[in-house]
Amino acid sequence: MGASAPSLDTPLVLIGHQGRRRVVLAADQSARRAGLSVGMPATKAQALVEGLIIYDADPEADSDALRKLAVWMQRHYSPLVTMHHPDGLILDITGVAHLFDGETAMLKEMVRKLAAVGCGARIAAAPSYGAAFACARCIANPIFLLEGTKLAAALDLLPISALRLPAEMVPALKKLGFERIGELNATARAPLALRFGSVIGLRLDQVYGRVTEPFDPIIPPQVPHVRRNFAEPIGAPETIARYVGVLVEQLAALLEVKGLGARKLDLLFFRVDNRIEAIRIGTSRPVRDIKRLTKLLCDKIEGVDPGFGIETMTLTAYVAEPLAYRASTSSLGEAETKDVSGLIDTLSNRIGEGQLYRLTPVESDLPERAVKRVTPMAPATGANWPPHWPRPSRLLDPPEHIETVALLPDHPPAAFTWRGLRRRVARADGPERVFGEWWKAEAEKNAVRDYFQVEDDAGERYWLFRAGDGEDCKTGSQKWFLHGVFA
Amino acid sequence: MRASPVQMDTLREQIRRIEAGDRVSRGVLPFGVPDIDDRLPGGGLALGALHEVAGGANGALDGAAAALFAAGILARTHGQILWCCTRRDLFAPALAQAGLHPDRVIYAEAGSEKAILACFEEGLRHGGLAGVVGEVAKLPMTPSRRLQLSAETTGTIGIAIRRWRRQTEAADFGQPTASTTRWRVTALPSSPLLVPGVGRPRWLVELIRARAGECADFEVEACDQEGRIAIPAKLVHRPAEADDGRQRAIA
Repeated sequence: MGASAPSLDTPLVLIGHQGRRRVVLAADQSARRAGLSVGMPATKAQALVEGLIIYDADPEADSDALRKLAVWMQRHYSPLVTMHHPDGLILDITGVAHLFDGETAMLKEMVRKLAAVGCGARIAAAPSYGAAFACARCIANPIFLLEGTKLAAALDLLPISALRLPAEMVPALKKLGFERIGELNATARAPLALRFGSVIGLRLDQVYGRVTEPFDPIIPPQVPHVRRNFAEPIGAPETIARYVGVLVEQLAALLEVKGLGARKLDLLFFRVDNRIEAIRIGTSRPVRDIKRLTKLLCDKIEGVDPGFGIETMTLTAYVAEPLAYRASTSSLGEAETKDVSGLIDTLSNRIGEGQLYRLTPVESDLPERAVKRVTPMAPATGANWPPHWPRPSRLLDPPEHIETVALLPDHPPAAFTWRGLRRRVARADGPERVFGEWWKAEAEKNAVRDYFQVEDDAGERYWLFRAGDGEDCKTGSQKWFLHGVFA
Repeated sequence: MRASPVQMDTLREQIRRIEAGDRVSRGVLPFGVPDIDDRLPGGGLALGALHEVAGGANGALDGAAAALFAAGILARTHGQILWCCTRRDLFAPALAQAGLHPDRVIYAEAGSEKAILACFEEGLRHGGLAGVVGEVAKLPMTPSRRLQLSAETTGTIGIAIRRWRRQTEAADFGQPTASTTRWRVTALPSSPLLVPGVGRPRWLVELIRARAGECADFEVEACDQEGRIAIPAKLVHRPAEADDGRQRAIA
């Protein structure tokens, strides 16, 4: 609604029809605080709260928005995302979390990013889809991580409404005295099945992870996507590799029609036992080269466990960018620069995208801030560091504290002790004074570092600095540090 | 009967052709210092080969001089460089001061030595790079042979910087590998100045092993802005005739 949206503390509800009654379908936080709840008749809500804002619920728009969010999640977090209507998303994060420094960090980042766009979210990670569903809905923490060992203990305490049973079944079970999942799990199955059908047993098995659950990942709309079903499940790595080639060929044809090149690809293997294995690769430039894409995908096949066999493979270029034909002749006399993007792709898919970088200069006198990482295929800027000041070839991060014997304020140390070894300074150069960047932090307003290049008796050269100008204690602690080693 | 130099050269050429198989010679990258180039087979550092550089004394741990020596060599090539390392303590401005422009260097930071060797080999095999540097502690025979062979097929120069976590592990540098040359670079006291201060850095560069060449050691001045090392001029021990020559020139 943008600027015309009502403020957060005005109660707001969405109403819609349930049968022939008009009821509240959703209530925001302040409405719930005022005593309104979902399922309450609309007229009653209006009577209870003065100045209540009412909008008609629009399930289709909600579903569209959820789908958009799912596509976004798929781009950023995991190739396997599915929607749980009306208000949930399920992500399979197997083998993905390490890219975000662990599961906790990943969930935190999700909550933070969603909050930034005004979406409140509760996220739970658990060993089974059912358990994650239950924890996300019944535990008030914005993020919750359920370990495999604590699965049964945690589930036993959750209410049966978290079990994804048909809506009319929950009150019926409550009437029989079942409140928690644990109670239901401890009861004999046969009488329950006789009365309610097999669905309770199935849901219990799913939530405790005793059976695997089918997962139907969304396919982002309008992206190049190819699929291959097998009459007989396949499992041998060579066979998989061959069909990867076939799929890449089909995808390349699709991409060519649209004039696109793939930047990010998902290859999914649907196993006969309902599990899905996924390979995700990225390229540094749009690529349509069949050989290159096949090689990138086949590099990762060894991580795929085919189990009892793979019955379907799909390949999706979920990020594709325009790729036009380009003449390959270079102008005469100009040295031909060789294309290394193929190598970059191979390496970044092997060791991780962030692990491959180039370093470019940043205008800063502080050595640790003078360097910035850019992607390896970033255009060459031609910028270089100022060449006049000596810089060590190894920089210690953080600088290491050393014990020194030095005259203040502007003499280099006569000797220093680093890592337990005392070194006498034979020659020295300096100081090179570096001021703190006052525009960045208040603490740096007065900070000063005096850098010295010193050489010990054996000829080893070090880069030392004193935090402070040697006179005024406002400028720093006056302690000495070793920051780098010269060649 | 002693073979004449011409016969010896022909024989060497024949042996070289047999050894090379279908691999073509890629030429050499001279240091531009005649004293060093004369000691290397072919008159310079072989392109399309693996070279090893280690630091001496404390340099075995920090590899500071070794890194700059490698940067100086690669600064004199043309094209992109891949620099594979496990520790992120390399300071790029220093490489730039040795003539290696930041736009040319792509860093690959891998978690393990095994991954480093894999990246190293992949880089050498690609052929589009001017050179590949890998910072490794262990370099067993088999990986080094793989690296040497991939360098030979593409003509990319490969430099393995050997640096260890502990001084005791540095003895590993004695183990045989398939590299073409093996260097050790140790920091020496810098060039003396007339005023207090640190002069141009000097290194003791030891050529410990060279395939089809002999060992040697040189005292050199460290890389300048274009990556060239130099033999320091021995002003003090200047021969007496030089003085005469100058006097004549003045007269």
